[in-house]
Parts: sequence; C-alpha cells; structure tokens
Amino acid sequence: MTDTTAPLTTADGRPLKAALAAAQSRARRKAFFLVAPLLLFVVVTFIIPIGQMLQRSVYHDGFSKEALNLAAWFDANPEGTAPDEAAFAALAADLRQMKDNKSAGEAGTRINYTVPGTRSLFTSSARGADKLEPPFKEALLAQDKKWGDPLIWSAMRAASSPWTSDFYLIATDRARTADGGIEQVPEKERIYIWLFAKTFVLSALITGICLLLAFPIAHLLATLPMARANLLMILVLLPFWTSLLVRTTSWIVLLQGQGVVNNILVSLGLVSDDGRITMIYNQTGTIIVMTHILLPFMVLPLYSVMRTIKPSYARAARSLGATSWTTFRRIYLPQTLPGIGAGALLVFILAVGYYITPALVGGADGQLISNLIQFHMSKSNWSLAAALSGMLLLGVLLLYWLYDRLVGIDKLKLG
Amino acid sequence: MASETRSDDFVVFDHVQKSYDGVSLVVKDLNLNIGKGEFLTMLGPSGSGKTTCLMMLAGFETATHGEIRLDGRNINLVPPHKRGIGMVFQNYALFPHMTVGENLSFPLEVRGMGKDERETKIKRALDMVQMGAFANRRPAQLSGGQQQRIALARALVFDPALVLMDEPLGALDKQLREHMQFEIKHLHESLGITVVYVTHDQGEALTMSDRVAVFNDGRIQQLAPPADLYERPDNSFVAQFIGENNKLTGAVEELSGDKALVRLSTGELIDATPVNVTAKGQQTLVSIRPERVEFKPEMMPPGAHMIDATVLEIIYMGDILRARLRVAGHDDFVMKMRNTIGQTKLSPGQQIKIGWHPADARALDPM
Repeated sequence: MTDTTAPLTTADGRPLKAALAAAQSRARRKAFFLVAPLLLFVVVTFIIPIGQMLQRSVYHDGFSKEALNLAAWFDANPEGTAPDEAAFAALAADLRQMKDNKSAGEAGTRINYTVPGTRSLFTSSARGADKLEPPFKEALLAQDKKWGDPLIWSAMRAASSPWTSDFYLIATDRARTADGGIEQVPEKERIYIWLFAKTFVLSALITGICLLLAFPIAHLLATLPMARANLLMILVLLPFWTSLLVRTTSWIVLLQGQGVVNNILVSLGLVSDDGRITMIYNQTGTIIVMTHILLPFMVLPLYSVMRTIKPSYARAARSLGATSWTTFRRIYLPQTLPGIGAGALLVFILAVGYYITPALVGGADGQLISNLIQFHMSKSNWSLAAALSGMLLLGVLLLYWLYDRLVGIDKLKLG
Repeated sequence: MASETRSDDFVVFDHVQKSYDGVSLVVKDLNLNIGKGEFLTMLGPSGSGKTTCLMMLAGFETATHGEIRLDGRNINLVPPHKRGIGMVFQNYALFPHMTVGENLSFPLEVRGMGKDERETKIKRALDMVQMGAFANRRPAQLSGGQQQRIALARALVFDPALVLMDEPLGALDKQLREHMQFEIKHLHESLGITVVYVTHDQGEALTMSDRVAVFNDGRIQQLAPPADLYERPDNSFVAQFIGENNKLTGAVEELSGDKALVRLSTGELIDATPVNVTAKGQQTLVSIRPERVEFKPEMMPPGAHMIDATVLEIIYMGDILRARLRVAGHDDFVMKMRNTIGQTKLSPGQQIKIGWHPADARALDPM
C-alpha cells in the first residue's frame, strides 16, 4: 500500500468519480423522464391537495381580512389589555367596513367557531354600524352588551391573524380563556379526544379480530395444495372485488331487526320475538361489518409470508423435541411476524380513516372520527375538518414510525 | 413386543407398508434391521420410497401397516418430539430468526436443561464441527457449507442415539460435498451413533456407508456393504443404478456351478457368473463394469472367450480414457482404460477383441 492515496483516474486522466457520474447521468435522466408523469400526477392530485387542506387547519382569514383596524389595535396593545375606547372605535370602523363589504357573516362565522353563538352578534351589529356615534364603547354595548364579554375580545385577538392554532385547540377539546390562556373545555363538551380514543380503540379491536380470523385462514391457504388454495383464495378475494356499498348494505339485510340472523335466532327459539338483538346501527354493527371488509387486507400479507415458511422448520423443531405448541410459539409465530405487522398496520390505518361503513351501519354510537370530519366538511367548517384530519394523519404517521422502529419497514410484506 | 428382536437390531422395520392415497403403495413390505452404531444409507431414485421410510422413522408419516421399532420399542404411535431422534434436513431448516447459538440451544431448552449445561453442550457441539466462533451469527450470514455444519451440530447437540439425514449434502458443490462426506463419516465413527442416511447420489452412498439399502419401486432391491453392491449386484436394477454398467442380452447356453456361457442375440459366446439364472435356455442380461473390460489378450485368464469390437470414439477424461465400442450390435458399450504412459493408443474405427474375467460378468434377470 502506498501512503498517499491519490484519487483514481481513468486512462485519459479524468477523475474516476466524474467519469462514472457522466457515464451514469444519461441512464439517470432517462429513468427520471420515465418516472416524471407519475411524479407529476402524485404532486398535482395528492401532495398539493393534502398540503392545501393541512394549511387550512392553521390558516383562516375570514375575520382577519375584514378587521384591519382591530388587528392594528391588538398589535399595539398586549394580551390581557382591557378594550378601551380606541378598541371600540376600531371595532365600529371594522363593522362599517363589513357592512359595506357584506362580509359580517363570514367574519362572524370565524369568531363563532371559537365562541359559539356570536355570528348573529356581528351580523346585527354590522347592520346598525352606520348609526354608531362616539363614544363607541357605550354605543356598541348599548346595541348588544355581549360586546363587553372578554371572551369575545380574546377570540377576536386570536382571529385577527390568519395564522391560528384555534382549530387544533378545538380539535383537542381546548378553548381560550378570557385572559388569553388555554384550558380544557367542560367535561360534557369534550367530544373530539374521546372520539379519537374511541376510533383508535375500535380500530385496534377490529385489527385484533381480523388477525384472529385471518391467521388460520392464511395458514390453511399456505399449506393447501396450489389448486385448492387458489379456490379458497377466490372465496377470500370475492368480497374484495364486490362494491363496498353492496357489502355494507348486505350486512344490513343480514343483521337488522327483521333480518336473516335475527329471524333464524327467533325461529330456533334462541331469542324471543320482542327480544331481537340489535346488531346494526350501533357500535356492534360497525365492528362486524368493518372486520369483514378489512379481513382480506390481513389475509393477504399473512398468506404471502406464510407461504415462504417451509414446513421443514416445523418438522425440524418437532424432531428436536418441541411439542406442537412450542413449535408454533417459538418457530412458526416469530417467522410470521412481518406478515402480522404488515397486515395489522394496513388494517389499522384503513380502519382509523374508515368513513362509509360507520356512516351506513354505525347508527349513533358507531360513528368514528372520519364521520365527524365529514360532518364539519358539510357544515363548511373546513378548517376544523382539516385540523382533525391533520391529527389523524399525525397519528398514523406516528404509528408507521413506531412500526419502523420496532419491526422495520423493510420487513413489510404486502403480497 | 416381538420376541425375536435381536439385541443389535437398534432400528427395525417390520413388514412396513405405506400408502398415501389408499390406491397404491409407496412402500411395499419393508423389512430392515439396522444395528446399533451402523451407518446405513437408503439409496434410490426419487419416488422409490426411501424418503417416506425416513419420514416414518422420524415420525412425520405414519405407517399404513407394520411396525417400526426403536431400541426394541414400538414407536408407531410415538409423536416425533418424543422419539429423541436427531435429524438433518435437506435444506438444513435452521431457524432463520434465531442465531446459531439459539438454534443449538432450542432442543436443550425444550428438554428443560439449565443454562450452564446448555452452554457447555452448545460449545462442544460447535467445536465438533469447527464452528465455535459462529455462535452469534444468523443462519443467513453463513455459507451453505457452514449452515450444513450447524444443522449437523444441532442434530447432535442433544446426544441422540440415532441421527437421520435426508440428502443433507444435496445443495453443496462437489468439492465441499466430498469434504463433508468425510466429516460426517468421522463424526459417526468418533461418536458411535447410528446414522440412517438418505441420498440419491450413489457415490455418496458407497463412500460413507457400512451398508446400503438400494430402494426402487417401494422395495429394497439389495441390502449390502458398498463393495458387494458395486461388484456383486443382485439384479439388473442395482447393476444399472450403481455405477456405470454395460449390458448384453442373450440366452444361457451352458450352466455349470459358478460358471455360465451366454450366447448373445447376435451369436457370440461370452463368459459370465450366474446370479439370477437357474436353467439353460433362460433369457438373461449380462452386466459388466467398464473398468473390468480388457482388450489385451495377455491380461485375460486362459480359456476366456473374447468377442469382436469396433472402436467408435475415444473420450479423454484426464485420469482415464473412455472408449465407446460397438459390441454385438450395440453402440453404447463402454470400456475404461487407465491413462498410463505405456497405455496402448486406440483410434476410432479400429477393430479389437475384448473380453473379461468370468467373475466380472454377472448374468442377471432380463429386466
């Protein structure tokens, strides 16, 4: 070995690294052009919309673009300053502006998100804004004494900038106090955290049931001769190929009060005619139907992993003196872990974001977080919907990260 | 328990039959006694029933009829994990999610052995196969030969009296295979264990075994030490299956004691030793090993018959020369000559006379 390690060069003296990069750049360019259409498609249809949606969760200019005078006053006076005459003057000016722009409703809606019941305050005050005379404080309080509520001033201060954390506060069941602090809402009004928890618990339950059901099926599929395994595989996949809506509604037919299952139970005398079991339009219905719909997502990864486990491992373990239970626990099960991990992750992520099935069969107590997101979308509170979605996305990414740390994404086998 | 079990009959197959489909028999009436400390090889083409026999002995298949005894005990109904038989599998079957050490520890753990004792045994077993430094590796990080050694160590670590090997060297390249053959043979000798070895490689069977059982069509065709098997095959199948072999068909012309004269279908007379022929006029297939064919009259015993042959081709194979001859209308008669300095050079088209010692030509069943 020489003690000076000069960089290697090609025969004509060019550095080897540069020569290699030049030789490969053509191939790399070609590869990029081949990938470009998909890349563009993904950016336009996936990354941009998701980015925009997530931006909505922290950006809302409904109030801030109409209340410029108030924004100036909030800037000049620190948090906790009681609104003085100048503040009310700014408010009056802004209300006049809103009347001219016919935007009092929009601005009121933004404040209404954080302090419910305030939209009408803005619309009615804006209507009478032209008649306001100084001193504005007395005039406005005379019009509606709610204007003296420090909560509204705190909410307006928070909304005077388009960038806001208000929607994440709402999504985590918290609210601003009058002095600008943050507190949890009263227990009765806490719905989001609870619903998140319920969604995650139900998804975990569905994932668990899917695993219990899919494990034996996948094992059977993996050990049967090819021809029969294929036949069975069709039975697993057939529901997969049927429309989601059809599958969900056929469960309604089966499980409803006058449905097939109840009729059979009644005719067998297991259940009295007035004691028909409620299996649909509640949490039970959501669990049953979602388990059925998500089952193939558990079977397929498990099957693909189990097929690669040679029967000789089990035989070797048996010949070495292990009972069949020990063989399963210590030899077979550990080798199926990548499949269990992939299947569980897939089913859980799908379940957490499931919308249509709980919407159709969930009734009142079988609703998941996605149904609430949809509710806010339909009520045009897109920012709150976006904040809830953002939290859901964060939760799923967290799970994905955890899986990567514990099992390793490279071990993920989906088929 | 059968009273006639001899003390040295460690493993006994007693009229064992096996059918998978209820229509045909894979193993037809197998009777086999394996002595303690013996190295017995089951040799045969695929589908001959040899692996099924091994699997029945290991407990992964149940005999349809008959009895399998291990050390005088009927084990037909004993589950595999209670048989205490070590087994080496074709593709090693090392548990991929465990290290080498954990693989070896597994049979000891399920036997409830303490940690210190386990470690001593694992170390001893790994040293035995010269893999002492590899205890913390994963099987996937080892080469084929190393995995083979670990599989061997794992089958031996719990001191079984009987070890089964199912084509354990099939996946190795030729050189490594030959090396491992010696190592397995050595382990067998030094540990005094009984080995039942399954292979379809006749070379392997001949080099390693005390006795070889040649399987075909669900039956043992011949059970004999390697030299007997090669030099004195009992029937045409064994003669064909073991080593290279020239076949000449004809009818017995004269039969006297241990000598027979066979007239080939083309009219020539040749010498042979009667094996499966009992009467004059019987059809027979005479089998001669290529290396026992002579073309120099001075090497022939007096009175031996010689027949005409035409050299068709000489193939140079390094240590030997292979001559393909036309003999009695057949184009595939092979003669092997040692590649020595003084060796007579034959050339294609040359007319020669060939012959052999009568003991080297065996008149077998006509197939």
